[in-house]
Amino acid sequence: MFAQLAWRNLWRNPRRTAIILLAIFMGVFSMIFFAAFSRGMANGMVNNAIDNLVGHIKIQHPDYRSDPDISHRIEDPRSVMDKILPVLPEGSKIVQRIRVEGVAANARETAGIEIAGIEPSKEKGVSFIGDAPIEGEMLEDGDKNGILLGAALADRFDTEVGKKLVLTTQRADGETQSRAFRIRGLYHAEIEATEKAYVFITLDAAKILVGDKNGATEIAATLPGKKVDRMLQQTVSKCKEALKPLNLSVFDWMEQIPAMKAYLAMFDMFLYIWFVVVFIAMGFGIVNTVLMAVYERMREFGLLKAIGMKPSWIIRMVLGESSFLLIAGCAAGTLCSLAFTWYVAMKGIDLGSFAQGVKMWGMSRMIYPAIDNGDVIAANAVVIVLGLIVSIYPAVKAARFTPVETMRHN
Amino acid sequence: MGDLKLAWRNIWRHTRRSILTMMAIGFASLLLVFMLSFQFGSYEGMIDASVRLSTGHLQVQAQGYHDKPEMRKVVTNPREVMDALTRNPGVEACTARCQTFVLASSEDRTRGVMIMGVDPETESRVLKTSSLIRQGDYLSSDDPNTVIIGALMAERLKIGLGEELTILGQARDGSIAATVMTVRGIFKSGIDEVDRSTVQMLLTDFDQLFGMDGAVHAVVAVVHKLTEVGEVKRALMQDSALKGLAVLDWMELSPGLKQSIQMDLVSGIIMYVILIIVVAFSIMNTFLMAVFERTREFGVMMAIGVKPLRLVKIILMESMFMTGLGLLFGMVLGALLTQYFAGVGISMGGASDLMAQYGISGRMFPRLSVISLFSGPILIGVVTFLTALLPALRIPRLKPANAMKAV
Repeated sequence: MFAQLAWRNLWRNPRRTAIILLAIFMGVFSMIFFAAFSRGMANGMVNNAIDNLVGHIKIQHPDYRSDPDISHRIEDPRSVMDKILPVLPEGSKIVQRIRVEGVAANARETAGIEIAGIEPSKEKGVSFIGDAPIEGEMLEDGDKNGILLGAALADRFDTEVGKKLVLTTQRADGETQSRAFRIRGLYHAEIEATEKAYVFITLDAAKILVGDKNGATEIAATLPGKKVDRMLQQTVSKCKEALKPLNLSVFDWMEQIPAMKAYLAMFDMFLYIWFVVVFIAMGFGIVNTVLMAVYERMREFGLLKAIGMKPSWIIRMVLGESSFLLIAGCAAGTLCSLAFTWYVAMKGIDLGSFAQGVKMWGMSRMIYPAIDNGDVIAANAVVIVLGLIVSIYPAVKAARFTPVETMRHN
Repeated sequence: MGDLKLAWRNIWRHTRRSILTMMAIGFASLLLVFMLSFQFGSYEGMIDASVRLSTGHLQVQAQGYHDKPEMRKVVTNPREVMDALTRNPGVEACTARCQTFVLASSEDRTRGVMIMGVDPETESRVLKTSSLIRQGDYLSSDDPNTVIIGALMAERLKIGLGEELTILGQARDGSIAATVMTVRGIFKSGIDEVDRSTVQMLLTDFDQLFGMDGAVHAVVAVVHKLTEVGEVKRALMQDSALKGLAVLDWMELSPGLKQSIQMDLVSGIIMYVILIIVVAFSIMNTFLMAVFERTREFGVMMAIGVKPLRLVKIILMESMFMTGLGLLFGMVLGALLTQYFAGVGISMGGASDLMAQYGISGRMFPRLSVISLFSGPILIGVVTFLTALLPALRIPRLKPANAMKAV
């Protein structure tokens, strides 16, 4: 009965109801789309970071992280991999790498770079280099002289596929060693800094370069699927268990890139603050509209009270009206923003005109807005709960009208 | 005058409604003033950090050095260039600098590093490095054959104060340059990239070691005011002492910085526009009611000879009074809030690690400026005026006879 009465009351002034519905609609729509857009941006950043030779799980010598030197290596990576393979979920990928700092030089230029020795055929789906677009050829497994260079680095060295490049690094025994490599291909990465930072050679070539037959500086694993949060925690603890006797460190990606974790935490906070800000902007409108609706009907409320309606019923009715308003606005806003986001996500948003800024922050050029159920629920909850709370004010006003007072009014 | 009074009184016929509307406008403008000041403040912090730690506001280099830094692309007349820079009243200070890439070895580690030759007297007036020394001392011309290195590099090279660093590189003429230097100081800027890869030595040592013959790679300058960079740059390009040389400003020296500022500004503007639209809708009802509720009243007024346009004027005055009061309220509070935080700063908590990588310190200081104070409120003012225009323009279409019948 109350519901019906409240619903009909709303449509006694359709124009006013429509305008406030539009305000709620705009608010909810922008909240959800904005959340999806920035989530998409954050996801892009996280995926780029994980792709950047980080991986979901990484196993290293306990001192490698503070001092990435070849002396801090995993002596017998094969046996480590055999140990953790059984605990990884189905579909996971695992690789070993040698990563050392070094110097690249040709006749024109010299630059500090990081040398990464990889097993080319296994990197696919683990790090960006496995799927990167390459001019020239990808490294073959076991290639002892081949090297892959970032396109930006090649530009700086004024070099091209087929030419030579000399790498210098420190060997496991502390001596400095230089070897010449032939450029097999140039890779392109999302971030220019990556192209300038890494050169890739095969694991076999890296073993020769550092003068150590068996070791690797890290083992990286990538788990299947996109949402790996819970699975990741379980797998990490299983890995730690399996590797206990070996004294090795196991990191998940959040521990490897703590700045990214902090960013995500700040991001959530920022989003919820934004939700509240937008709500406040429309909250004034909601209170005002409901208040107007109440004052216009002063006489009516007085009459209802005179024939015996309890004040609490009046409060219920007014709150019923505003909850209809809120729910209808939220539902329309949510549906439209979901549809709109879905449409935009199919195409993606190109941030090409800010290419360098995008690269500086490690973002992707293409942003695919991502709907997060939590965000949608939070946006709706903020609007409906806070909306009802601010509606209590006009509702209480309505309940306080006394019959005598209202009869005099207009 | 009579109309103004009428409009003013009309607002207060519905005190509660008018106050709520003004609060909505005030809240939005407060938020915009504060957010814009915060954004501008953080940009200035970013630019300042980047400028004071590495690039300076302006650099004079050989043509093409910036795109492909090669040892042989030099400024051959640094003295004259510096004199020309000093002559310009906009320039605060300038310094000459050389840099190249070398292999640096400690007792048991070897790394590739960027080595810079700097003149400690002029350099400390331009860049902050001298104040970032954590151990030991900054370079001094009385103490040749010494270097200062970044804290992260010291860790990687396992080297401490007073220990020797062997440097191996290529001189300007292509011959081999090698020497041993003593570590005089260790600095920490907070920017990992800088702390990991920079070594600084005396310009005179650099000159000798790499056979520079008095030439340098860049003359770095800072200006008094960030806004004057363009002006100073134009003036310098006319200067005959700089003939054949390239003058680069901070935007060209670090294009990523400029674009991330633009990107942040654009995303900020999108948010503000959304906010303003939501506010416009939520106050539209008040403006509509101010007209529709009073149809009868307008009918009477028109019947006694008030011209419809005068009624429109009164209605618009009402909405402008409300908007103006709301804006004033928001701007005053927004400015106070901004000034408060400009004094104490805003801590960015967990995100400060992330930002340190990009050269922003953990505390942000919002900065109130004419632009941040007025641009948001003006935009809100325009939008609310348009919102009020819509219902007001319906008045001339009313027929007095029908209007008076309305409830």
